Amino acid sequence: MEALLAFTRPPLDWHALAPELTLLAVGTILTLVDIIWDEKSKQVMPTLAGVGLLAGLVPILTLALDGTDRAMFGGAYMVDDFALVMKALFLIVGYIIVLMSVDYIRDGDYYENEYYTLMLTSLLGMLMMASSRDLISVFVALELLSIPAYMMAAWRKGGRRSNEAGLKYYLMGVFASAIMLYGMSLIYGLTGSTSFSSIASAMALNDGVTAMSILGVLFVLIGFAFKVSAVPFHNWAPDTYEGAPTPVTAFLAVASKAAGMVALIQLVFVAFDNHEVIQPFFWLIAALTMTVGNLIALRQTNIVRLLAYSGIAQGGFMLVPFAVAGQASERALQAIVIYLIIYAFMNLGAFSVVLAVSRKTRSGELESFGGLFQYAPGLAVAMTIFLAALAGIPPAGGWFAKFGLFRALLDAGGAWAATLGVVVAINTVIAFAYYARVLGQMWFQPIHEGDERPIKLTSALGSALVIALVATMAFGILPGLVGHFGEVAVLSTLGR
Amino acid sequence: MIVTTSWYLVLGALLFIIGGVGLLVRRNPLIMLMCVELMLNGVNLSFVAFSKALGDIGGQTVVFFVLVVAAAEVVVGLGLIVAILRRAPGSTADDLSVLKG
Repeated sequence: MEALLAFTRPPLDWHALAPELTLLAVGTILTLVDIIWDEKSKQVMPTLAGVGLLAGLVPILTLALDGTDRAMFGGAYMVDDFALVMKALFLIVGYIIVLMSVDYIRDGDYYENEYYTLMLTSLLGMLMMASSRDLISVFVALELLSIPAYMMAAWRKGGRRSNEAGLKYYLMGVFASAIMLYGMSLIYGLTGSTSFSSIASAMALNDGVTAMSILGVLFVLIGFAFKVSAVPFHNWAPDTYEGAPTPVTAFLAVASKAAGMVALIQLVFVAFDNHEVIQPFFWLIAALTMTVGNLIALRQTNIVRLLAYSGIAQGGFMLVPFAVAGQASERALQAIVIYLIIYAFMNLGAFSVVLAVSRKTRSGELESFGGLFQYAPGLAVAMTIFLAALAGIPPAGGWFAKFGLFRALLDAGGAWAATLGVVVAINTVIAFAYYARVLGQMWFQPIHEGDERPIKLTSALGSALVIALVATMAFGILPGLVGHFGEVAVLSTLGR
Repeated sequence: MIVTTSWYLVLGALLFIIGGVGLLVRRNPLIMLMCVELMLNGVNLSFVAFSKALGDIGGQTVVFFVLVVAAAEVVVGLGLIVAILRRAPGSTADDLSVLKG
């Protein structure tokens, strides 16, 4: 009993926690409003969620202006510049997805109110992930972001596809987290600590690579490889992406993948700094993910599935810099952060166009894009820009992301980096082939089912499209904008 | 015969492997869920064994988090399974194959 009374709460930095607390408060308010107002609440839900996400950006700005690194719980929870950059990205992505969801969810026959609560909860987990510097907090953040996502994937409760999407995602997700946890237990046994900085120093002392450390590091990395849908751990992704409601697909393909990447960045660059197994592992899965993702994307006829495989391949591109994490750590880290930011906007843009078109055609097939330019030239041009960005054609944003990859590979030098560079180059060409197929449909094919009615763009979806479009073009024309965030992240993570 | 830490570690690894193989082999969603629990308990055992061997309380703290989170996961998983079985009684994982390609 005395031991219980002697407990004192560890000091909390309320300012540093303000973005998370904002999300938590808004999520709670959403639930309360849902209970109290019932029918009327449907109207205010998306507005409230959107305002809440934007409000979360305010403390991030004040924290960025303040500029000091804030550590809590013995360094398990860090709010530094890297965390702030990623948190801002998650909140903006969340806002765009709320905009994309409004009409889609409202049109469905399903009770819509929990949707936004679940999404805010998942985003809360992502914000936590950006700050986690300890195996325990990484695990809790991962589950906090995954569990609501399982439910969102199965959102259409009565739909066969949505059920299947949810259960596949769920089973693969819990399998991956069990593998990751087992790896964590081995690392804990080896280093005697769960905090990233202690793990790094203990691993530096333990000279010689033991089977236990290889197994531990590999298992943890494999757990996150599931999350970022890297080949050969990608099986769930296409099915889940196709079966889930399209805004949820966008959420999984962008926000959830980014959260996995954030965790990998911290693990690779801080906790397992320079472990021998890291570079070969990432070399292999980056090459596999790019190649397999792109090759399967070539023969897809469903646009959402095509974007799913394109997302897998893009994830492969993001994994490339990890393969040179040792030789060119600064450039590599910068390349990943920049790729993440640009990918978020260009992919969300592509999904917004798909949503807009499928609202009219009620189809996810590639043919439904036939002749889009003739009756919706604006959407066709926007889609062209997003696909050009994904393919890496200037001036749309994606070229700078690809440029960062090559710069990191060149900096690292050596035969392995050069080979990987060749794989990246080949894959960029393959990717262009299937993006071009979508372009061909839109610009040169006859109109799908001869239906020439124009597409009515709702204001929310339109705003999502405009934000994504402006960001994609701005990053392409003024790469310094996003490059700056990359540099900030490097400084705070590597401390050089 | 003295039971040392490595016995517990081996047992933990065995539980983990049995759970993992079961998850990949079995086709009943409920059994698959139980296999995940088995894997997580293998993890817990290995955390506790390491914690005892190292004389560090941190590993046992992890177990609390794993237990709580696993409970939350199971709630969601059972919800999904109920949603599926209500629509198609007696479904196995193999019946869930509308989506492929």
